Amino acid sequence: MINLPLLPIILPFLFAILLLFFKENVRIQRALSLVGVIISLIASFFLLVTVKSEGVLAVTLGSWPAPFGISMVSDMFSALLVTTTLLITLFVVVYSFTAIGEEREKFFYYPAILFMVTGVNGAFTTGDIFNMFVFFEVLLIASYLLIVLGGEKKQLRESIKYILVNVVSSALFVITVAYLYSVVGTLNMADISVKIAEIGQPGIITVIAVLMLIVFGVKGAIFPLYFWLPGSYSAPPVPVLALFGALLTKVGVYAIMRTYTLFFVHNVGVTHEILMVVSILTVIVGCIGALAYFDLKQIIIYNIVIAVGVILFGAAQMNEAGISGAIFYLVHDMLIKGALFLLIGIIIYVTGTSNLRKMGGLMKTHAPLGWFYLIAAFGLAGIPPLSGFIGKMLITQGAFQTGNVLGSIIILASSLIVLLSVIRIFIYAFWGEPVELPKTKRKPYARMMLPTIVLVVLSVLYGVGTEWLIPYVTDATDVLLQPSIYIDAVLKE
Amino acid sequence: MKTNDVILQTTTKVVFFIIFLFSIHIFFAGHYTPGGGFVGGLLTTGAIVLLLLAFDLKTVQKALPFNFTIMTAIGLLLALGTAAGAIFFNVPFFTHAFDYFTLPLFGETSLHTAIIFDAGVFLVVVGSAITIIQSIGGDS
Repeated sequence: MINLPLLPIILPFLFAILLLFFKENVRIQRALSLVGVIISLIASFFLLVTVKSEGVLAVTLGSWPAPFGISMVSDMFSALLVTTTLLITLFVVVYSFTAIGEEREKFFYYPAILFMVTGVNGAFTTGDIFNMFVFFEVLLIASYLLIVLGGEKKQLRESIKYILVNVVSSALFVITVAYLYSVVGTLNMADISVKIAEIGQPGIITVIAVLMLIVFGVKGAIFPLYFWLPGSYSAPPVPVLALFGALLTKVGVYAIMRTYTLFFVHNVGVTHEILMVVSILTVIVGCIGALAYFDLKQIIIYNIVIAVGVILFGAAQMNEAGISGAIFYLVHDMLIKGALFLLIGIIIYVTGTSNLRKMGGLMKTHAPLGWFYLIAAFGLAGIPPLSGFIGKMLITQGAFQTGNVLGSIIILASSLIVLLSVIRIFIYAFWGEPVELPKTKRKPYARMMLPTIVLVVLSVLYGVGTEWLIPYVTDATDVLLQPSIYIDAVLKE
Repeated sequence: MKTNDVILQTTTKVVFFIIFLFSIHIFFAGHYTPGGGFVGGLLTTGAIVLLLLAFDLKTVQKALPFNFTIMTAIGLLLALGTAAGAIFFNVPFFTHAFDYFTLPLFGETSLHTAIIFDAGVFLVVVGSAITIIQSIGGDS
């Protein structure tokens, strides 16, 4: 099966196409999308196991020789992210059965999700920088549909912003790729890495590195390019928000990590210093935002910004502890953000508002919701043995090894603020005098709780089972730190 | 206000077929020379848009009673199916196959699976472009 790296991309795509035939039939929509995601997930687990045993898998489309055709490369890093993506999608799809409403389901909601997953997985897997742009467009166009679907006033307003920002950054992406192509004369990522090593990264490549940081920074929401994120993400309904929060910014983060470990490694003093400063600023701004709001959605959305900063800070260290910490934290953050968004979705459903000041006393009526929220909140802040701990520990360890004491202290301090911001939700929503709740049925509540609980439990297992995950993360780290592994796999023969 | 567009309508009835046949020519020409499914699809879309301009949405929908969303889906399925066919032969995705056949009338002809892929592209372009135009034009 030399096409194995492509399966997690093709299968969601196939099922998305099949869903287009049954626009009105909600039952078939649900069943087919569930089946599609599960099959894709199985394929991605199979891919993960194969990459573990056989090393980096590469396939060049159309049987062209490697630097000329479009290569698809599955190393452990991308395989882990692809699997996590499909895992999150599975839970969000199940959650959507009750949470999204039939009107949206009848209007290409599930096809849009699957097309977006196609784009996300493609961007994680591709080994060609222009092809990465194409997959970015695939996921963005699907996300345009998801953000505007439903046509509420707020959605329309925010989607205009969202589309404008992304169109501009996509244009900049193409310009940057063209710039890079004019210097190195190739688009294959492995080949670019070889060519840059040959010319030893002159100043112009460093300029391109910063341009790439800007391009991916807009998608990944780093300081000061995150400005569009809090507004746009608060517009769509919660399941869409969960998908966006868990997946979309992470694609930008992945692209930064990939390019900054594969291409721009010869002038670390400039490029990675910029990356580190920017990431610390991102964390600080995120912290301010997370404390400033009394709106559930906004608090968690600003936590996305913080996480992006933390991951990139780890990646900027360019040593083993830092990178493996970043990978641990990246996967953790996808899981826990998915879980948190689903949880606050339930809180919003139960209370009928996303304003913290109008809530209280939920512990008396919805105790399980409270406890699972507390677990997820502790996991986000990184209290051992939950999932956030190991990543953050490795990241700060890496930073201390390279002597970035101040940065590490800021990252550690940010954990406290993260904890404060999410515990504030717990205190306001679950403690205190019960307020009068709007009448809601127990059954949808139970149906939404089910996928959410499983996701929270998974995130706990991710933290407790760190020991078993270490070999996988070590493999991923090795590929990132030694580009030669990646290059040899693509340009073999 | 009712405009007198007899000239436009009469010309369109003829020109539509000329454009359509030309789009098919371009579609097949794309194998070795400039052209292909995308351009062919755009030309066909152009022809249909001309119909829409000369007549109105309802008449055109009656004349071409296709569901263009389904057409897009079929096109995607064709394109993906051709590309994914490679999986069953365990060669890299998108690998095409071709051979020479002696057909009656045409003589020796090269048949290439890429044409099926291109047909998919053709359908996707026509289907999605017309869907967009219909949904924007149908608003008022």
